[in-house]
Amino acid sequence: MSVVTNTTTIGAIELPSRRNTELLLLAFAVVIPIFAYANVGLAIDGKLPPGMFVYGLGYAALAGVAHLVVRRYAKYADPLLLPLATLLNGLGVVLIWRLDQSERLQNLAKRSYGSFSPSAPNQMIYTALAIALFAGVLLLLKDHRVLQRFTYISMAGSLVLLILPVIPGLGADVFGAKIWISVGGFSIQPGEFAKIVIAVFFAGYLMVKRDALALASRRFMGLYLPRGRDLGPILMIWAMSLLVLIFENDLGTSLLFFGMFVIMLYVATERTSWIVIGLLMSIGGAVVVGATASHVKARVNAWLDPFGCYSTSGACEQVGQSIMSFGSGGVLGAGWGQGNSDLIGFAANSDFIFSTVGEELGLTGVMAFLLLYGLIIERGVRTALAARDPFGKLFAVGLSGAFAIQIFVVAGGVMGLIPLTGMTMPFLASGGSSVLANWALIGILIRISDTARRPAPAPAPSPDSEMTQVVRPS
Amino acid sequence: MNKPLRRISLFCGLLVLALLIRTNWLQYVQAEELSTRKENRRVQIAQYATERGNIIVKGNPITGSAVTNGSDYKFKRTYTEGQLWAPVTGYASQAFGSTQLESLEDGILTGNDDRLFFDRTIGMFTGEKKQGGNVITTLNPDAQRAAFEKLGNRKGAVAAIDPRTGAILALVSTPSYDPSRFAGNSKDDEKAWVELKDSEDKNLVNRALRETYPPGSTFKVVTAAAALEHKVVDDINAPTDTPEPYILPGTKTPMVNHATGCEKASLNKALEVSCNSVFANMGDKVTRDKMVETAEKFGFNNDKIDVPVRAFASVYDKKMSRDGNAQSSIGQFNTAATPLQMAMVTAAIANDGKLMKPYMVDQLTAPNLDLVEKHEPQEMSRPLSAANAQKVQQMMVNVVETGTGGNAKIKNTVVGGKTGTAQHGEGNKKRPYAWFISYAELPDGSSPVAVAVVIEDSEASREDISGGGLAAPVAKAVMQAVLGGKG
Repeated sequence: MSVVTNTTTIGAIELPSRRNTELLLLAFAVVIPIFAYANVGLAIDGKLPPGMFVYGLGYAALAGVAHLVVRRYAKYADPLLLPLATLLNGLGVVLIWRLDQSERLQNLAKRSYGSFSPSAPNQMIYTALAIALFAGVLLLLKDHRVLQRFTYISMAGSLVLLILPVIPGLGADVFGAKIWISVGGFSIQPGEFAKIVIAVFFAGYLMVKRDALALASRRFMGLYLPRGRDLGPILMIWAMSLLVLIFENDLGTSLLFFGMFVIMLYVATERTSWIVIGLLMSIGGAVVVGATASHVKARVNAWLDPFGCYSTSGACEQVGQSIMSFGSGGVLGAGWGQGNSDLIGFAANSDFIFSTVGEELGLTGVMAFLLLYGLIIERGVRTALAARDPFGKLFAVGLSGAFAIQIFVVAGGVMGLIPLTGMTMPFLASGGSSVLANWALIGILIRISDTARRPAPAPAPSPDSEMTQVVRPS
Repeated sequence: MNKPLRRISLFCGLLVLALLIRTNWLQYVQAEELSTRKENRRVQIAQYATERGNIIVKGNPITGSAVTNGSDYKFKRTYTEGQLWAPVTGYASQAFGSTQLESLEDGILTGNDDRLFFDRTIGMFTGEKKQGGNVITTLNPDAQRAAFEKLGNRKGAVAAIDPRTGAILALVSTPSYDPSRFAGNSKDDEKAWVELKDSEDKNLVNRALRETYPPGSTFKVVTAAAALEHKVVDDINAPTDTPEPYILPGTKTPMVNHATGCEKASLNKALEVSCNSVFANMGDKVTRDKMVETAEKFGFNNDKIDVPVRAFASVYDKKMSRDGNAQSSIGQFNTAATPLQMAMVTAAIANDGKLMKPYMVDQLTAPNLDLVEKHEPQEMSRPLSAANAQKVQQMMVNVVETGTGGNAKIKNTVVGGKTGTAQHGEGNKKRPYAWFISYAELPDGSSPVAVAVVIEDSEASREDISGGGLAAPVAKAVMQAVLGGKG
């Protein structure tokens, strides 16, 4: 008998929207940072920190706005993403505020720049802007598929964003890495935004080319080798990554782009051979660059034995300090505000902020943070699984994959698992670009998940429905 | 596209898992090693984060703590009369580490010692800040000051012991240094540190414990003790069979005597005028192995003399040739002793043959002054019998009464001593070391002080350098300071 059943008479089952779950989780995500803030104040000054309630209310208001926007414009979105981002961002501000209180960092800033300005207020402003951007993404981007139209514009855009820091006069060389541009006194890290823009290009491009890339291939030693001409795109991205690495000294961004491309290529074509080729190419690139670029070589040395060159190399000292931060934290940590992670020096509240987590919150805290990030990644990949259109799938997996690689590269770098790259820990590190870009990323994931989980529109009444009978054998 | 997506999700999971494993490795497995690494300044930051306890001499602290601003370290160590007490306290510097008592008793001083666990726990509940405990020393401030002032700007060291208990009464090393000068970590501190570290005078070396010198003629009391103990001599006034000149056994080299009348001189006479030939002869007769036995009972060849600061091992060679042994018996050749060692020798003789273990920490107390530990005097060994000890005492008193040690005479007090002038350098070219060891007796026959003085180099011309001339007055001042307290 036929298994085909006519489903047109069955109305769409509305999935629970989970907005109230999100609201409840958001309440936790706001309250926990407020407690953390109080804890730091009590530990450092012995009294509650200034403006604790104003700060708390402000953050609650921001989270509330974000929630209302999601409730109104992305009703079916994943309920976890927003609370996770809110919690991480809130804790990040507390960590930055805690490092602002460090006399050692204040003195260091005074010696280096003549003055010290706290980073936490800026971070709050950036957070507010970022949540506005998040709302903007949801308001303006009614359907993520619209972005398909911008495939090649995105390519151009991401190239511009990547090249900007190298342009003389516009780019700023900060501690060896040319990843900044400064415009009118503001510093922007274009790479953070390029991450999203380039994902649009990859998704759009691969969606169109996936069949050619997947099917036109020869089998060799169990692997499907692509045709030479199909290798073009991956070679180009590879070369671009190497150029970024060489001209901007930015190992992280380079790795991120290439990794993201390989992941998306693999998902689009379902061919394991791409992974193998991608891995071989990145290993080849890494070996060549590692052996030639002094800046990368120093970091590799620092990774291999930070204490061997501790007193002679700044890179080694930083990594060594960071590892000692983690070690000194131990299982339970020194407690908020009671560690000495500021010994790391100038990048303590940006690239190395995870070391402060390690020292003050200990193994327990670090694992909690890693699991929070893991949840974001998992929800992102789940969104990709649920997405119904190939563009959405690719886009979502590209963004989540990039997020995962970034977490791995940054946390792995400060923990001495891999060579240090100098990227920011999403939501935690001080810096506007990072906060804005990552909130935009969450916004896009929420949009895709909303589209994915949104019930199909109720079917139009079928004129045949009255006449068709389903006959079942009794 | 879902199959590769699931694999990507697995891959992302593995990335997070790798990070989780790494953090467990760092923060659980390696935590202890990383948190105590020498590069980890947190160790020192914690060390100076609370006020350190004090090192106390006769009720008065000789250390203190000052709050420092704009530094990693909250408290800085201060020292009262740093130069005077540096050989006792050592130093505790934020930048350059710590030594001696400051280092050895760090647990008590910072309050981290396990024995202070109870105090810390109470403090946690009452909200009191963590405090350090105190180290109460055995030193006698009068004796210390007398030795330091008498040595003046000459290079040398003094060690004084209470023979009855082994308590160290004075420990001086000159030229000294003021640990306050580099207790912090500023540029000035660094300058002072570098200056001291590289100084030609080796200011940072504690000469009383950590420098060995050829003991010269002061070693003759050890040889005398060995001769009596091993029955080579019974009557100290009986003539010996020492020829003049005395040829070192197995060689053609005669032993040089600076004194006259050494031929067949009795032990008593030989010590009085410091005959080299007689004691070389005695040492040879006792034989090397038995000399080693007695010397070791006095504390030679022991590298574990902790007071609690570890003193360098004094050396009496166990494998030297017969003529080497003969030369060593007068404190030359490769015999070497710390001032503390010679003070121990004197103390053992003055205490009727019983050597007490030297110590300088009497008590450790908690921040609230509760006793944590009290030192009980311990016997270390018996290098010679009481009867023989009294014979050596008799000879040493004779040295002071009629011999080379006249400068140590104290009115109405029985004093025993021995001078020494040790040659050193190739061909004895360098200035000799002036030694003096002595003890003073109370009317009841017990001795409250034994002292060893060494003066390394002085501006006096070579002929004038002698233990009796230079070192004895210093020893006398120390003994008087100790006796003064007893009335």
